[in-house]
Amino acid sequence: MWQIAIVLIIYLPIVILTGHYLFRVTMQQKTWLDPIMDRFDAVIYKLSGIKQVDMTGKQYVLSLILSNAFMVFIGYILLRIQAMLFLNPNNIDNMEATLSFNTIISFMTNTNLQHYSGESGLSYLSQMLIIIFMMFTSAATGYAACMAFCRRLVAKTDTIGNFFIDFVRVITRVLMPLSIVVAIILVSQGSPQTLSANQTVQTIEGKVQDIALGPVASLESIKHIGTNGGGFNGANSTTPFENPTVISNIVEMLSMMLLPGACVVAFSLMVAHRKEKTIFGKQGLSIFVAMSVLFLVGLVTVYVAERAGNPIISELGISQELGSMEGKEMRFGVAQSALFTTVTTAFTTGSVNNMHDTLTPLGGLIPMFNMMLNVVFGGKGVGLMNMMMYVLLTIFIACLMIGRTPQFLGKKIEEKEMKLIALCILIHPAIILLFSALAVTTTAGVAGITNPGAHGLSQVLYEFASASANNGSGFEGLADNSTFWNVTTGLAMFFGRYLTIIIQLAIASLLAKKMFHSDSVGTLKTDNTIFTFLLVAIVLMIGALTFLPALALGPITEHLQLYLHSA
Amino acid sequence: METARKSFITGTMFKSSMIDALKKFSPAYMVKNPVMFVVEIGFMFVLLLTLFPNIFGNEVGEHDRLYNAIVAVILFVTILFANFAESIAEGRGKAQVQTLKKTKTVTQARVLLSDGSEILKQAHELKKGDIVLVQAGEVIPNDGEVRDGIATVDESAITGESAPVVKERGGDFSSVTGGTTVTSDWLMIEITSMPGESFLDKMITLIEGASRKKTPNEVALNTLLVSLTIIFLLVVVTLYPMTTYLNVPISIATLIALTVCLIPTTIGGLLSAIGIAGMDRVTQFNVIAMSGRAVEACGDVDTLILDKTGTITYGNRMAAEFLPVKGVESKDLIQVAWLSSLTDDTPEGKSILSLACELGVNTDDEENIIKSSEHIPFTAQTRMSGLDMKDGTKIRKGAYDTIKKESMNAGHGIPTNMEQLIQQVSSVGGTPLVVALNDKILGVIYLKDVVKAGLKDRFDQLRAMGIKTIMCTGDNPLTAAAIAKEAGVDSFIAESKPEDKIQVIKDEQAQGKVVAMTGDGTNDAPALAQANVGLAMNSGTNAAKEAANMVDLDSNPTKIIEVVEIGKQLLMTRGALTTFSIANDIAKYFAIIPAMLMVAVPEMSALNIMNLNSPTSAIISALIFNAVIIPLLIPIAMKGVKYKPMSAAKLLNKNLLVYGVGGIIAPFIGIKLIDLLVGPLFHTFGL
Repeated sequence: MWQIAIVLIIYLPIVILTGHYLFRVTMQQKTWLDPIMDRFDAVIYKLSGIKQVDMTGKQYVLSLILSNAFMVFIGYILLRIQAMLFLNPNNIDNMEATLSFNTIISFMTNTNLQHYSGESGLSYLSQMLIIIFMMFTSAATGYAACMAFCRRLVAKTDTIGNFFIDFVRVITRVLMPLSIVVAIILVSQGSPQTLSANQTVQTIEGKVQDIALGPVASLESIKHIGTNGGGFNGANSTTPFENPTVISNIVEMLSMMLLPGACVVAFSLMVAHRKEKTIFGKQGLSIFVAMSVLFLVGLVTVYVAERAGNPIISELGISQELGSMEGKEMRFGVAQSALFTTVTTAFTTGSVNNMHDTLTPLGGLIPMFNMMLNVVFGGKGVGLMNMMMYVLLTIFIACLMIGRTPQFLGKKIEEKEMKLIALCILIHPAIILLFSALAVTTTAGVAGITNPGAHGLSQVLYEFASASANNGSGFEGLADNSTFWNVTTGLAMFFGRYLTIIIQLAIASLLAKKMFHSDSVGTLKTDNTIFTFLLVAIVLMIGALTFLPALALGPITEHLQLYLHSA
Repeated sequence: METARKSFITGTMFKSSMIDALKKFSPAYMVKNPVMFVVEIGFMFVLLLTLFPNIFGNEVGEHDRLYNAIVAVILFVTILFANFAESIAEGRGKAQVQTLKKTKTVTQARVLLSDGSEILKQAHELKKGDIVLVQAGEVIPNDGEVRDGIATVDESAITGESAPVVKERGGDFSSVTGGTTVTSDWLMIEITSMPGESFLDKMITLIEGASRKKTPNEVALNTLLVSLTIIFLLVVVTLYPMTTYLNVPISIATLIALTVCLIPTTIGGLLSAIGIAGMDRVTQFNVIAMSGRAVEACGDVDTLILDKTGTITYGNRMAAEFLPVKGVESKDLIQVAWLSSLTDDTPEGKSILSLACELGVNTDDEENIIKSSEHIPFTAQTRMSGLDMKDGTKIRKGAYDTIKKESMNAGHGIPTNMEQLIQQVSSVGGTPLVVALNDKILGVIYLKDVVKAGLKDRFDQLRAMGIKTIMCTGDNPLTAAAIAKEAGVDSFIAESKPEDKIQVIKDEQAQGKVVAMTGDGTNDAPALAQANVGLAMNSGTNAAKEAANMVDLDSNPTKIIEVVEIGKQLLMTRGALTTFSIANDIAKYFAIIPAMLMVAVPEMSALNIMNLNSPTSAIISALIFNAVIIPLLIPIAMKGVKYKPMSAAKLLNKNLLVYGVGGIIAPFIGIKLIDLLVGPLFHTFGL
């Protein structure tokens, strides 16, 4: 338990500091990296012909989509011809078409759902030029979208900020420096960083084993900093090379928690700084607390469920003193595993340090639920945007209850915005539920399911929740490298990412263009405890009520059967 | 609002509303309310299943058929209740429209042509600019301005106020409304509106239209409800393949029951009734809102701009005190002041009489003096009034400068503390009236602007709601400040001209404030149009009424405060019932989900926390609760949720507790109670 407490205590000060830094980067204020990075940026702008002019919301979205589309196009071709290119010491073959489709969308959308194993499916060149590259660009895309969104909420104009500038600045000011620091720490803990081929060694048992090497540490750092989550190896952060020690485990967790939390702080400062300078700002604090409450409830549930162990295994006479250790690494134990599981799904990273498939039913329900909500901090800036949809919805209902037409930060929420907000909230459950229903009714879908009964359904729900939330972790066990699963999850990731971003930026644009109304004692306070409470309630009502029937059939049935069976 | 409560219980109202509710089952009508439309489709499905049990190919037992029939009946009743709520709300407006239409029965009008001749024209053929002659007992054919004549007009058809009003050329009493009746003399009227566009026509379309046109906020809320409906439809539609995959048998009727319980039928069924009833409350209040948007905007008002005279103070000044100059007895001053006002019919004069009587003046000779004395009326030239008595005594009261002149001319001079008394009265916002006996100054009557009773509390309440009040007055800053302080307004504009009002509104709006104001004169029209909420007085000019988005038929400017409250109440009722409706879902889930899955997964009974009798009873109980809650909430939808002015934070806490927490708990109790009733019943039927 104290291990969890320590991580959370360290987290708070660094997230506030990073939030302030992110605020300065977003608002184009001076930072201590400017003297060095300004030169880099200038070269990049010059080479790529970026003009430093403000864009309208429409232009911004268009630039975002087109640049992403271009990267997808190039990446797809590289995957299809990787065998013919250099830096392929392990002689990996070209990737199959639907798997390439799935992989490239997966990485461009920051999902990092992997239907392949890195050590056998990708050349070093692909790992670096596609995977690591996209880990930077997809994260930068998400943060840029978030910046554009937040700026429009506080600004009085829709023409503000430039996608390419935001994109470049996020990489050079935030992602690169942080990745370098984290990579060095990981190397110090024992992660390999090499371009030499895999080694075949004779183990102590006398057997021969291939040891997968490669530029692991550099991938690992951006994998967490950018809340990407795609492992160098198939087994992700459970392997000693990706996550060698408890310290690397803590560093990786803090890395993924850092920027999504900092986004909330930065937004809060943007709101607060219109009037005064503060450390945190009340508006963001109320949202941060709401996210934290949801996070902590999940964390405690996973911890308690895993700690309790599996009653059936107890019955067999196997000690559950350490908790349910099936699928967990001995060096992490229940506490570090429970925390990692909650963090990776709440912050929608998707890396795993234990197998989620073998979590107890309730322990497995929480990661699934975190991804279904997709607002508990969430990943790469879009988590905040998703939460803002619920904030706007909460405001809509709360404002009516005090006899006011709904208004946030002085802008009225009217029919058009409400339509888009509703659509935005609708997309995520629609993707998860419709694709899950499709999977269990088609033979191609059912073919991938490897467990009987309720747990089989859990596998399916988890996979689509992970894809749509752009999380990327797998429940594993699912035989997912088939045309059906590659295509459906590919589409789920695509729609889950881009439809949402387009609609959210459209909402921000609409609000930015609106007339400003001032606040008074008569207007709704959106930065106090009661609002936080209401926000959590609305998230749970809409989120939980939507998925409850499906969850009842999956993990809840499993849980009841597990406990009542043994009783 | 009292009448609203009574009337929706009356038998005839109930009957006609029921018939209307049944008519609304037409899918073409229902489709406008998507939430209830989904219920209707569900109803039709279950009805088909009941009538033709094998229509979807499954073998169905008799028990299932009975179950389906029960579900169908409850769904039918659910829709009926929702339609009924709407019909009741519409019923009130309809009655009102019928009375108004009756007043539109004028068929012919006497049109005066430019050559002086007279022709008869059909009322609906009258054009703008036509001059018509209306005589006593005739109905004014259309809105217009008086060109000639003085007459009393009975406006009760529109205002409900039976006392006739005097209408004459020029000033603020020159506008007449079509449909009102001339009760004495005659009027020559220039028609100012086109046929079909008169105030009465507008009123009729507004009241009729209230049931048709959705307000912006209502549309936005409806969007939310539709999307919630879509989400829950998705949940149920995708649930079916999942249960099939897991071999958990679930009947179609149960899935439809689950859908209907989850989608926000409570608020969906009451939403349009809330809107209609809200507009109706405004009308009940004798205020005609030109659009629902205006009523909603009322809820958002940040700044109220109020005229001093008539709104904050009574229109007239009242005598408050008698202040004798040095060397004069107070008693003498009062006696002379009383005499001076004996023949004075102005409200000021009457107030002097009553104050004097209160202070014990000698009224013995009253009749005699009035008969024998000569009345000197007030004129703009002399600026004083009074009477000359039979014995030659000259009694005067008037403005200080005129009386001063008279006194100097008569050689009496000015009492030493005269200036000081004048100053004393002016400094507290009063008007000094000087009294003289045979040109000798005796003292001053302090005329006070009397602030309407209870206004100070109202303004305090408004402040608590976050609404700022600004008083506009033509008075000098000193007087204005005194009145402002007494009334408790937040700020004031002294010596204001109509243009100043527009500037104040614009300034407030530039700061992002929503501004409401009242007005009646033509020169108020631009300001009324500029304000977000403009309430014109019915007694005012047509220009003002055209510019405003609300008209108060009683011409009581203070009403704007109530209208603001009604606007808030309308929005609050929507919010409260939406919250209640969504909060209800938790209990319904706990009733239905375990019941649905218990057959295949017996362990699910652990989630049956309400300990309901049987799966069938659980589902039916939830469904019955879902239906019954609609008529139970009709009174709230009609009357609006209770509202007391308080700060936003307090209001939110209170409503969250009542409708949020209450919305979570109520269905747990309700479903359990229904289950206790119907559970044993189902048991005997073997369900």
